[in-house]
This record gives sequence, structure tokens and C-alpha cells, in this order.
Amino acid sequence: MHSRFPNKILPYLLLLPSVVVVIVFLIVPTIQSLYLSFFRVSPFGDRLIFVGWYNFSKLFTSSDYINSLVITLIFAVFVVLIGLTLGMLLSVLLNQKLKGLQVYRTLFIWTYAISPAIAGTIWALMFSPSSGPITFLLKAIFGANVNWMMDGKVALVAVIIAASWKMLGYNIIFFLSGLQTIPQELMEASAIDGASSVRRFFKITFPLLSPTTFFLLIMNMLYAFFQVFGLIDIMTKGGPGDATQVLVYKLYRDGFINLDTGFASAQSIVLFVFVAILTVLQFRFAEQKVFYG
Amino acid sequence: MKQRKSSIFLSYLFLTIALIVIIFPIYYAFTMSTFNEKEAYSFPPKFIPSIHAFDNYATAWNTVNMGRLIFNSSFISITVAFAKIFLSMLAAFAFTYFGNFRGKYFFFVIILITHMLPLPIRIVPTYELMRTFGWVNSYRALTIPFFASATGTLLFRQLFMTVPPSLSDAARIDGAGPMRFLFNVLIPLSKTNVGALFLIEFTYMWNEYLWPMIVTNTNDMRVVQIGIKMLLASEAQAAEWNIIMAGAIIAMIPPLIMLLLFQRTVMEGFSLKEEK
Repeated sequence: MHSRFPNKILPYLLLLPSVVVVIVFLIVPTIQSLYLSFFRVSPFGDRLIFVGWYNFSKLFTSSDYINSLVITLIFAVFVVLIGLTLGMLLSVLLNQKLKGLQVYRTLFIWTYAISPAIAGTIWALMFSPSSGPITFLLKAIFGANVNWMMDGKVALVAVIIAASWKMLGYNIIFFLSGLQTIPQELMEASAIDGASSVRRFFKITFPLLSPTTFFLLIMNMLYAFFQVFGLIDIMTKGGPGDATQVLVYKLYRDGFINLDTGFASAQSIVLFVFVAILTVLQFRFAEQKVFYG
Repeated sequence: MKQRKSSIFLSYLFLTIALIVIIFPIYYAFTMSTFNEKEAYSFPPKFIPSIHAFDNYATAWNTVNMGRLIFNSSFISITVAFAKIFLSMLAAFAFTYFGNFRGKYFFFVIILITHMLPLPIRIVPTYELMRTFGWVNSYRALTIPFFASATGTLLFRQLFMTVPPSLSDAARIDGAGPMRFLFNVLIPLSKTNVGALFLIEFTYMWNEYLWPMIVTNTNDMRVVQIGIKMLLASEAQAAEWNIIMAGAIIAMIPPLIMLLLFQRTVMEGFSLKEEK
């Protein structure tokens, strides 16, 4: 235990700035979101009308919303799977003590510094019907004429690729720093025992890396749900039709374009429930990690 | 560890192919930014850089007043990064060096709750709050709501807990107060973590898109990310990809510089965190 500074007031003063910011800009607005989700704005926008659970029942009977929910889940599952699998595979290879890999590492984490919006811009070019290398490649090899601005499925694939690509740098940074905590002697000992590198990966690396993997699972989920707004806005604006309208984009549309505040707030609350579940999982797992020692 | 030659060769082969696939979009974006209009629309696409870079970068720069946007993005990113680091250091100090004061656990939860409340969850009321405060379209709206950091508080708390007690004992015996101890001992010890956190928070703010889009409404308050959107939107009919990519390359540079500067630090900072 640390020796303490005997001061009764100072700790509160030190906490004050952070606590004020959290209460004013985070907690109070969240409570207001909850409150607003039970109201509807009057046609003239001048007062709130209490509507009970109406906004929530509207959510789950709205085919638009269900569609958006399904798309978000498909999007998130693929982004997480691609990001974690590729990220882990590349990191294990990059973690070897081989010549020149430092340069490789730097280049592989580059996409961390690229924003979702810029990633969207670059991939919009890659898929562009007029000058996109991918369009060209698909045409040259398969004779296929794909236009992601017309075809919803292609658009969803395009945003999944762009979003996973952007997140790869982040995943590699964390996997690499996780790998550095695995004792080198353990690997060497099992190599002497004649374990193949594939076996070593599954017997030692994978289990010891699981706290990092779990942390990244949560971060990638949060990214896929919330941070991809800029990417979607630049690439597809939720389209074509509603093919890429993920929840956060629909929330923005209903809250700031359709000005349906109550309905948007109800969507916020559903997202909050989702984050709360993730957070609880994270803390549960963190406790287990402590238990391992 | 000894490895067979074939496995080393396969590692290089696989990594090199993966690298080409991953870096290619960036390379092509750069190549595109050097084309004139005719080259930009050639099909099959060209993959060798041309000579029109200067014109495109100048056009992109002037079309959206890029100088101003870069200033805005830099200003808010640096301000938020420093504020987050400083505020979370103060909070972490309170949690580690003052025993069990009343409400300690409560405040700890309050700060941790930041993790659970991403912006979209509270976006409509937060925007309304900005209107109430008269902060819409101001630097205050772009910075102050971001000042709290659960990550920073946790990171510094972990670090401070590992500082040997003899240091704070010595400080007290010397008659140094807590604030002097914080500034003269703890902060210099935290250099690695400060570097790592600075990179994360700077990049986070530089890449922020939704909030600046909603809370600013004049061109002189826009940020770089929105500038890219403006470049795309101003070419509604046929996208002038060469100009847009010039803008995108400009927007990528500052966080890339930060990444190169702090790359080492960030790896160390996190492996430290994972250990405990």
C-alpha cells in the first residue's frame, strides 16, 4: 500500500475537472436520451408529448429498423472476424526475429493512422465504376460487371472490406504488444520438445494471447457499431436503398435529418443496452484474468 | 530460436504478399493524386504516378481552404490530447495517493462510465446542450465535451501504483507537498505512457467525423475530415478522383507523423498495461 498524503480536500479538487466533464457532457445527456425516448415532439416542434413505450414499439415493428439491425450485425460479425483473424495471423508472423521485419511492422500498422472517413474515400475509389482497380480486375478476370452503387450486396461487401482494412493496423498494434508479454523461454522449450510451429501456436500462443484477443473483440465490436459513421457517410450514405444503413447511420438520419427526436432517442437507448452488455462482459472477463494471476 | 529455411521463406513470402495487398490502396490513392483528369479516367486504370501532383494538391488545398481546416484539426486534437492526459493524471493521482477518502469508489465508477457512453448514445441531447450553452460552431464544442478519459485514468492509476512507496515517503520527509511530488516525480516517470496516450488521443480527435459535422456549420470552423466530404460533395456528378485523393493524402499526413514518432512508445506503453 502506498504511503498517503494526509490531505482531506485535495483528492476532491483533483477529481473535480474529470467528474464535472463526465456528469455534464456524458451522464446528464444520456439520462435526457432516456427521458426523450418516452416523448414525441409536437408537430410545431414547440413541446413534448408523452407517448409511453410508443417509440420502442415503433422500433421493433419497423421493418426499416429491423433491416438496419440485421445489416449492422452482419457488418459487425464480418468486420470482427476478418480483423481479428488476419490481425492475429499477421502479428504472429511479424513477431518473429527476422531481418527487415521492423519495416514491415511499421507499414502494417499504417492504417491505424487513417480515419474511417479517409478509408472510406480510398475504398470508394478502389471500387469506383469508372476508375476502380477492383472493378477493372473483376471485369478482366470474371467478365463481371459489378457496380456497388447499384447493387446493395456488393455495397455491403465493400464497406466491410474498407472497415476491416482500416482496423487492421489497430489490431496488429495490440496483438504485437500482447505477443511481447509471452515469455520467449516457453516458446523455445516447446520448440526443443519438437512441437511444430502450428502446434506451438495453438498450444501456447493462442491461449496466452486470449486476454488481448478478448479486449480487441470488444474494441472491434464498438468500432463496428459506432466509429464507422464517417466511412458509411462517405462511401454509401447508407445506400443503395437501405443496404448499408447501419444503426448509427439510421440514428443520425432520424435525429438530425428527419428531426424525429423521440424515435432517435429510443434508438440511442437500444445502443446503450448493447454497450452495457459488452461492458459487463469485459469486466467479468477482466476479473477472470486477475484470477489467473 | 532456430527455424528451418523453408519456414522463414514462407513467412517472408506471405507477409510480402499481404503487405502489397494492404498498402496497394494507399499507393493507388497517391498515384491517383498525381493524374490529370484524362489519366484519372483511363480504363484500364494506370498504376504509375504522373506529373500533375502539384496542380491537384493546390486545387484541393484551395477548394476547401485546407490551411484553415488543418489548423482547426490540429488545434482541437492537440488541445484534447493534452487536456485528457492532464485531467486523467490528476484523477489517477487522487485515486492512488490519498487512501480511502469518502466517495472514492463512487467517483471511480463515474469516470469509468465514460467507456459506456459513446457519443451516438447521447448525441441529440449533447447537441441541444451546445445550443443552450451557445457553443454551437465554436472550439469549445469541439474540445471540452471530450476532456474526460477513462483509459487515461486507468493507465496512469496502474502506473502510479507501481511507483515504489519509498519515493513518496522521501518526498514527505523532505517536506514536499503532494502537488510538487506529482509534478517533480510522477509526471517525469510517466513519459512512456504520456507518449502512448498522446498518440491515441491525437489520432482519435483528428479522425473524429460525426461530432464536428453536426456541431459546426461554417467553413472556417470545419475540420480536415469534413473537408474531404466537401471535396467529394462539390464534385457531385463525376467525382474528380485526382483532386479528392490529393485532399485525402494531405489529411493522412499528420496522424502518420505522430504514429512514426510514437510507434515505439505505444508498443511499450501497452505491453506494460497488459502485464499487470
